[in-house]
This record gives sequence, structure tokens and C-alpha cells, in this order.
Amino acid sequence: MAIASNESAMRSSNVTRMFIYLVLLLFALFYLLPFGIMLVNSLKPLSEITEGNMIALPREWTIEPWLSAWSTAQIGVEPTGLRPYFINSIAMAVPAVAISTVLGALNGYVLTKWHFRGATWIFGLLLFSCFIPFQIVLIPMARILGILDIAGTTYGLILVHVVYGIGFSTLYFRNYYAAFPTELVRAAQIDGAGFFQIFWRIMLPSSGPIIAVCCIWQFTNIWNDFLFGASFASGGAAPMTVALNNLVNSSTGVREYNVHFAGAIMAAGPTLLVYIVAGRYFVRGLMAGSVKG
Amino acid sequence: MGFLDINNVTKSYGAVEVLHKVDIQVQEGEFLVLVGPSGCGKSTLLNMIAGLEGISSGEIAIKDRVVNNIAPAKRNIAMVFQSYALYPNMTVGKNITFGLEMQGTPKAERDKAMADVAQLLQIENLLDRKPGQLSGGQRQRVAMGRALVRDPDVFLFDEPLSNLDAKLRVDMRTEIKKLHQKLGTTIVYVTHDQIEAMTLSTRIAVMYDGYVQQLGTPKEIYDNPANLFVATFMGSPAMNVLSSKLVEMNGAIHAQITGAEGQDQHLRIENAPDAYRAYLNKEVMLGIRPEAITDPEGADRNARNIQMLTNTVSVTEPAGADTFVSTTLSGKDCIARMRADADVHPNQPFEFAVNMDKAVLFDPKTEDRIA
Amino acid sequence: MAAPDPMLAGGADFRTRLQTWLPKIVLAPSFAIMVIFVYGFIAFTVYLSFTGSRMLPSFDLVGWQNYDRLFRIREWDIAVSNLFVFASLYIVISTIIGLMLAIFLDQKIRGEGILRPIFLYPMALSFIVTGTAWKWFLDPGIGIEHSMHLWGFENFQFDWIKDRDMAVYTIVIAAVWQSSGFVMAMFLAGLRGIDNEILKAAQMDGASNFQMYRRIILPQLRPAFLSAFVILSHLAIKSYDLVIALTGGGPGNATAMPATFMYSYTFTRDQMGIGAASAVIMLMTIAAIMVPYLYAELREKK
Repeated sequence: MAIASNESAMRSSNVTRMFIYLVLLLFALFYLLPFGIMLVNSLKPLSEITEGNMIALPREWTIEPWLSAWSTAQIGVEPTGLRPYFINSIAMAVPAVAISTVLGALNGYVLTKWHFRGATWIFGLLLFSCFIPFQIVLIPMARILGILDIAGTTYGLILVHVVYGIGFSTLYFRNYYAAFPTELVRAAQIDGAGFFQIFWRIMLPSSGPIIAVCCIWQFTNIWNDFLFGASFASGGAAPMTVALNNLVNSSTGVREYNVHFAGAIMAAGPTLLVYIVAGRYFVRGLMAGSVKG
Repeated sequence: MGFLDINNVTKSYGAVEVLHKVDIQVQEGEFLVLVGPSGCGKSTLLNMIAGLEGISSGEIAIKDRVVNNIAPAKRNIAMVFQSYALYPNMTVGKNITFGLEMQGTPKAERDKAMADVAQLLQIENLLDRKPGQLSGGQRQRVAMGRALVRDPDVFLFDEPLSNLDAKLRVDMRTEIKKLHQKLGTTIVYVTHDQIEAMTLSTRIAVMYDGYVQQLGTPKEIYDNPANLFVATFMGSPAMNVLSSKLVEMNGAIHAQITGAEGQDQHLRIENAPDAYRAYLNKEVMLGIRPEAITDPEGADRNARNIQMLTNTVSVTEPAGADTFVSTTLSGKDCIARMRADADVHPNQPFEFAVNMDKAVLFDPKTEDRIA
Repeated sequence: MAAPDPMLAGGADFRTRLQTWLPKIVLAPSFAIMVIFVYGFIAFTVYLSFTGSRMLPSFDLVGWQNYDRLFRIREWDIAVSNLFVFASLYIVISTIIGLMLAIFLDQKIRGEGILRPIFLYPMALSFIVTGTAWKWFLDPGIGIEHSMHLWGFENFQFDWIKDRDMAVYTIVIAAVWQSSGFVMAMFLAGLRGIDNEILKAAQMDGASNFQMYRRIILPQLRPAFLSAFVILSHLAIKSYDLVIALTGGGPGNATAMPATFMYSYTFTRDQMGIGAASAVIMLMTIAAIMVPYLYAELREKK
């Protein structure tokens, strides 16, 4: 019986499978198309976009839009191109990722291996802080940055991203270390290793994957942030996303769509590169952030 | 004062006391096994000796030094964990010498100590491997090596064999026993396996519900269990416990039980302690181990009081060396352990030989042994 | 559980005592940061929402006045109803597409290793990039409508992004494009986690493929549905970047959302009290979804 029904399922499945493949390919096209159009049009002269077809290969290939977006395009009032803002974003993201990851690792280690009363509460509060709408902290944060005299600077943004990155980095390390055998910590204690020795010699050497997950997640989030950048670092210290938005939405002059596209790809570049190189860890980070398993 | 003194130690989590006034003195060279079902407090007690958990009240002393406030590493103890807890990122050699390194022992000395231990445990060829490349038995050896290399006052074992398959477990059991005999070290060993407890220990502490139910040599525990819990926990198959009534017939005390067809059966008790008299004509629990119920030819020749009892056999279970025979007594399945060639068949009456020398009585209310 | 109890501390030597305190010392900075920058700031914003703050924070309490006014501002009404439309469509469509792709990919598809990363890559992009791409792609002057005209479909019309009534749906399109692949990944993980023996048993019981999905598999994906719902709704309520990049809240204020409303009232229109009140409402909405979810998750693990 079961075999028979299996066979009939097999027979009908040729048509079904064709359909499945067709749908999957259409969706692949749906996901690829916008980025593909950006890429293609970033290599066209402007006239080919305004007068020609957006969904067509360039007749005349040019890297002029890329050069313009990088070093000469008008961002706000200055014709600096996106380059200084790209550097801003790097200068902001690298330290913020490093600091929040280190803190997250230590927190996760403490919360799982040195359990004390109230630890679950602390973790719960940290966890909730990952999901607050950041609008709720914008006003006081602007005040504090002003008081600390780092408003409108990259330092200010580093502080902001560390503060609101700790929740997720702690979440990652806590869940990872929760599955790390506690007996190893006990054995090291009996062997005479102290708090930091255990962390350094026992925990960290086994933490490679979660460090990758955490760094990638933090980097993607911080690089892609727009709200904090727009709120706290307008002008010369603005990150890449804010500069791109300024480029695209500047109301003066001719709209250079090809330059916009080139700029957008530049803004997407670093996170996309990370995704291509280490997609496995990126997906793991996404999942760990959603299914708090 | 013993070598390791556990004096009136309790453990509480908040208002809940999980370990009640444990009092054990361990002599140098002793092999003490803490045995009991999960949640009985045996691992908690072991962790308290190790310093991995605090002591709520009472004292633990090693070589007359109170260690309550001393960090685990400074108690001069070593521990073998259930999962072996080998550091996955270090080689076997590093695993063994990590503790010495933490204590600042010079490298030359560490290497010497490692070589000695490796030779003792025959793991010289494994020293450069990572734990992930070892089999279960090899990991077990490395874990013991890590403990041995420190030459501690007391060895603590936390269910070290429970992750091994049945055959390897028996081999390693023998090996641990040999090691103990050879080195004469003091060992506290936690297990839930009563056979491990019986075979390895010089003394056993049977624990249940946070209390030490009985502390004694394996023979004392097996032959004279202090209460119903100890009686049924130790031994496999478990001791048969039959509700019965003590009656006086012909000037001797008898245990009266009910046979498979509801008929009264009487088993004479000789050399009854005086305490039994107080229970005349009252309910008691009669405990008889399966091996004390046999066929007549298989009965213990040294026994002085074999009582015959005819009853219907319900099931026979040949197990190779022995055959287990079930029969209904006092409304319960009662198991007898016989030679494999005993001529016994289900649903037929059979004459059982009951060695009443080995029978023990328990008070049905307090569940303590009557003696 | 693992740590030596603080009980060890009394009477122990300094190093031992230090070891028992180290974990708390290490956790302290993060704890302080969280208390001040998250919960302290929330408290501050809540307080501001009851004051008459305009361009700068002031501390004169005005009771519920800001909330009262907020609910009578037409733009807030638009923002809330936009969010409702956007969030519902975004969640439903992303879930349907994600689930469908996951089920299809789970049919031992050749090339799964190539398709999966393609479905998921938009999640790595900034919403600003997504917004830029779709902004020009949907622009009737140069985008898809223009292309269709060039291909001879003179009557093809797709100008939603310029249409007050339809613009909000373009945000749905871009947002679905960005995150449906992520939903696919969640469902795929759920599907792969289902015990194979249960499926074999169902097959033995004579269940058809369709019945198998409806009766056996989908019910077991409940946790994935729940996670998808929580994550998507949380993303929807927070969505700010995409709206700014795609429509800038326009045409007019046709695609305003609570997040853009809060920003413009606080920082451009100098109505900080009302901005704070709108932020508090956003927080409450997210809390109503996240708190029970997180509580249940933490409970389960204990």
C-alpha cells in the first residue's frame, strides 16, 4: 500500500518538480534583480538611464559613476564623494564590534559558568534591551553625548553601538557557553586555574565559531545602522549609510542615478563581502538572534 | 580523627535543606563509595569535599585541616569527572600537566611526573593527541592520569564509569580497584550503580533524600541493611519484601505469609532476637534476597535453618548461569534465584528451599530493620 | 551552579575572596551600562512624555496632555494606520513566501546550495541600500514602468511610489524582498529539525504528501511561526531606515510611520514632549509582543 502510493507520488512528481524548480528560479530572479539592476546601471553613462532602458545592459561601459561616487560626488554641501564616510564607518564599526564582542564573551561566561542569584533576571533585562525601539533612547542619548562632548563624532557612535550591541553579543555567548560542559570549568578550578585563566585557556580556545558569529552580526548591524548615524553624527562624522542617503536624496542638481547605484553598492560592499565569505556564520547569527534556543 | 572528616555537614539552597547532617570519617587508604539514586545528594556532597560548592553548616577537614574556606585547588585533592572533562583544545600531555602548570611547577618536573603517570596508565603513545581523537576508555585513563599526577591526599570520582559501555565498564572497574590496591590512596567515589559500590569499596555510604541511610562495609550493608530503602536499593534483583505476620507455634517464632492460592504458609525463625517478641501477632515486612530462595538441592550447605515452602511457579526466566523463578507470595511477585539446571516449570507447584538465616524483618511503619 | 558559593568567601584569604567576587566585577560594567543607557533612558523618555518639552527637555509636568494631543494629530493617525497595513501585509506575505520557499527547497532540490544564499543575501544589506535600489526601480520615470513602455507595453502603469494611496505598498514590496529569505531560513531549519521517523510513520499510515504537510509537518513548525511573527513584527514597528530611503515618508506624509513621526516631531518640529510620547507608545507595543515571548523562552530553558 505505502509503496504503491509512493509510486503514484513519484509519477505525478515530474510535473510537480518542474513547477517547484520554476517557482524557485523565479524567486531567485526576484531577489537578484534589484541588485543586478543597480550593478548594471552603475556602469552606464547617465544618459543611457534617463533616455534608455533600465533593464538593459550598457551600450557603453564606464566606471565613471564609481569614481564619482567614491571621490567627487556632492554629499550634502561638500563634493567629497563617499570615501571619507566609508572611512568613518570603518573607524566606527571596527572598535564597536571588538568592544561589544569582548564584553559579550565575558558576560556570557559569567552568566553561565559563575551562576549567581539574579543572573537570569539580568540576562532577561539584557535580552529585552536588544529589542527596544531605539526611538525610546534617542532624546536622552543626544543629551548624554552632548554632556560627554562627543556628540557628532565617531567616538559618540562607537559608544552608542557598544551600548546597544552588548545585549546581542551577550545573548550569543551565553547560549553558546550554556552548552559548554561545566565540568571543564570545575576541572580547571580543581587544577588551580583562576577566573581569567579559565576564560583564556579553557573557554576562548573553543569559542572560535561563536566569536565569528558575533563579530559578523555586530559588524552587519553596526555598518548598516542608519538611525543612530543620522541622529548623532550628521556632517563630517556621518557613517556610510547616512552619506548614501544624502547623496540619493539631495535635491540640488541633476539626479545622477548611476552614481547613486555605485554608491549603494559601495555601502553594501563590506557586509555583502562578509556574507559571501562567511555566510554560514551569518545565518547562524540570524537564527540565534531569533530562536533563542 | 580520620584522614578526611565530614562533620555534621549540611547543604541548603535558600530555605531548602538538601543534605542533612552528614557525618563520615574516612581513614587513610580507604575507598569510600557514596551510592544512591539521582537527587540523593551524593554528588553535592562530593562537590562540597572538592570545594566546588559551599558548606552551609558543619565542617570538612582533610588531614585535620578544616578546608571550608579553602579554594578547590588548595585542598590537595583531585577529581575525575563523569564526562572526564578533558580540555578539548589541549593535548593529552597538556591536559595531564595543566594543574601542575597552574601551581607553578617547573617544566622539567612536570614532564617527569607526566612520564611516570603515562607509564603507570599505559598511555605514553597518546600524549600528543587531542581528547577528541581518543576512545572512551582512553579518555577515562587520561582523566585518571590528570588526577594521579598531582599526588593528592584524596581522590574524588564522580560517576567515572557511567559513560562507558557495559564491557569496558567492568574492565575499568577492575583497573580502578587494582590502582587503589597498588597505590593505597584515599578515594571517595560517587556512583548510582550498586554493583560498582559493592565491588570497589572498603566502605559504602548509602544515601537517599539527603540523608546517609547506612554507612558500613559492603558485607554489612548487604547482609544487615538498616532499613527497607537500603535493603531494596542494594542487590539485583532486589530483595523480596513480603508483608507477613509474626506468630508463635510450638514455642518458636514463625513468619506467616500467604501462598499463591491464598493458603497460610509458615517459615520458622531460629535464634530470633528479643526484639522480635514485641512484634508477635503483628504485621512485619519480611525481607529475603532472591539467592536465599532456591531449589532444595541448591540450598546453601552451611545454612542452619532451611525452611521448605511449596508454592505455584508463575514464570521462569533462564539467564544463562542462573534461572530466575517468580512465584506469588503475600500477593506479590517474589523472585527466587536458582541454578540453571533446576527442574522448575511454570504453573506447577514447586518446593522452594528458603534460607531463613538470611531473612531480615522490618517495621512496616518506620521501615527500619527490627533487631 | 558551577561557581563556588559566596559562602566560601567569609574568612578565606584575599585571593580566594577576590576570585569569588571577580565574576560580579566583570559583569558590573555591562550591568551599569544597561541600567543607565537602556532602562534609565527609557525612564527619562517616559518622564519627558509627561512634560512640556519642546526644542529642549524641560521638566514641567503637564500630565497626559502630550498623549492627548498626539492622538488628535492627523499625521499620527496616518502613521499608525500605515504601520498597521504595512505590518500585516509584511508579516503575512513574508511568512507565506518564506514558508513556500522553505518547503520547496526541502524537496531535495538540486542547487539548493546556490539558491539558499541568493534568497537570503538581502538580509545582509542596509535598508538604505534596499531603499535606494527599489526607489529608482519603482520610479515611473526611469524604472520598471519606463522599461515596459520601451518594450512596447504602452499602457503598462506602475506608479505606486508616487501615488498617495498606494505608496505604502511599495514599502511592503521592498521589505518583503529584504526579509522573506530570512523567514525561509527559519522555516527550513524547522523543517530539517523534524524527526524523520515521524514522517516515515505517517507514510506507513498512508498519508499523502499534502496531508503530511498539513497534518504532521506544519503543526510542528509552530515555534518557527511564532519566531517569525515576533521578529517580523518587531522589525516592522522599528522600521525607519527603509521608509526614509524609499519614500522619505512621502508623497506628502502618505507613508509616515510611527518611527518617522517620532523623529520629525522630536528633532525637526521641536515638539519633544509629543515625540517622547510617541516613542513610549512604540515601546509599549513592542513590549506587549516581546515580553511574553522572551519570558516563555527563558522559562522553557530553566
